[in-house]
Amino acid sequence: MKQQNLPLFEVFVRSKRGLDHRHVGSLHAEDPAQALEYARDVYLRRSEGVSIWVVRSSDITASQESDVEMFCDPMDDKPYRHATHFNLPKEVDNM
Amino acid sequence: MDARQKAMFDYCIAFGDDSLTLGHRLSEWCSNGPFLEEDLALTNVALDFIGRARMFYAHAAEVEGEGRDEDDYAYLRDCREYRNFLLHELPNGDFAFTMARQLMVDVFDVGFFGQLAGSKDPDLAAIGAKALKESRYHLRRSEDWIRRLGDGTDESHRRVQDAFEQLWGYAAELFEMPAAEQHLADAGIAVDRAALKPGWTATMQNVLQEATLEVPAGGWSIGGGRDGMHTEHLGYLLAEMQFLQRAYPGLTW
Repeated sequence: MKQQNLPLFEVFVRSKRGLDHRHVGSLHAEDPAQALEYARDVYLRRSEGVSIWVVRSSDITASQESDVEMFCDPMDDKPYRHATHFNLPKEVDNM
Repeated sequence: MDARQKAMFDYCIAFGDDSLTLGHRLSEWCSNGPFLEEDLALTNVALDFIGRARMFYAHAAEVEGEGRDEDDYAYLRDCREYRNFLLHELPNGDFAFTMARQLMVDVFDVGFFGQLAGSKDPDLAAIGAKALKESRYHLRRSEDWIRRLGDGTDESHRRVQDAFEQLWGYAAELFEMPAAEQHLADAGIAVDRAALKPGWTATMQNVLQEATLEVPAGGWSIGGGRDGMHTEHLGYLLAEMQFLQRAYPGLTW
C-alpha cells in the first residue's frame, strides 16, 4: 500500500439529531469502511456529532469556475425572483 | 492492608500496568504512523489505554489509602515493581507487529472487560463498562488491519505472519491465574481469566483464517510479568517515560 495511492474521501457529520449532515473535511483511506473509521478518529473525538457520512471525492460532481455565470448568477435584473421584491401584508409577522 | 485489600491493590496495579505500558508503546507511533489518518487513530487508542491506567491506579490508591496517587505508581516504581504482561511491553517492531499484538490484546480485552463490567466491586465494574466500549472499537480496527495485511501483498502477508509467530507464546500468560487473583474471582470481584482462553483462541483462529494466515503452531510460552520478571525492554521504556520525574522530582507544569 502506497500512501499516495490512497483515495480521498469527503466527510460529512450530523452534529445533532434533526440537523443536516455538514461537510467537515476530507481524509485518505483505502475504502469506505476504513474511511468511516478514520472519520471517527480524525473528526469525531469530542462529541462533535451523532452520525457520519463518507463519500469518495471522485464521486462528487462539482460546478466549475466557468459555470459560475450560468449557475450562480444572482439574477439582480429580475427582482421579482427575490422574496424581498414583494410587499408583505401587515398581518404576516414572520416571513 | 489486610490480605484481601492487598490482593485488590495488586489486581488494580497489574491491570493499570498493562494499560500504561501498551499505551506508552502506542504513543511511540505518534508522528511515525504510516500515514496521517492512521497516526491519529493509533494515538487515540494510546490515549484510551493511558486513561485506563489512570482509572486502575486511582482505584489502587483508594484501596491502599497511603496518600500515593497515579503519578507515584507510574513514575516512581522500577521494573521489578511493574506487574504487566510481557506482551504489552514488547517494542512496537514494524506496523504489522504492532497490529498483530494489538489484535491479541483487543480480543483478550473485549472478553476481559466484558466480564469485569459485571464485577461486584462497583469501581471495577465501571472501569469494565467504559473500557469495553473502547476495546470493541479497538478490535474492529485491529481485525480490519490484520485482514488487510494478511490478505494484502506478499510482503504484508509475510510480515504479519512473522509477527504472530514471534508473539504467540506471550499469550499463555494472559490466562494464568495466581492464587490471590483466583480468590478475588471466586468472590465475584475479579475475572476468571483462565476461562477466557477458549473464546480467545476461537476468535483468533477465525480472524487469522479470514486473513489467510496460519495459526502459529506454538509449542513455546513465556511469562513472569505478573511476578515482576520482565524482558529487557521494559527498562528502556521506563527510562524514557520516567526520566523527567526522576531527574526533577515533583516537577509540574
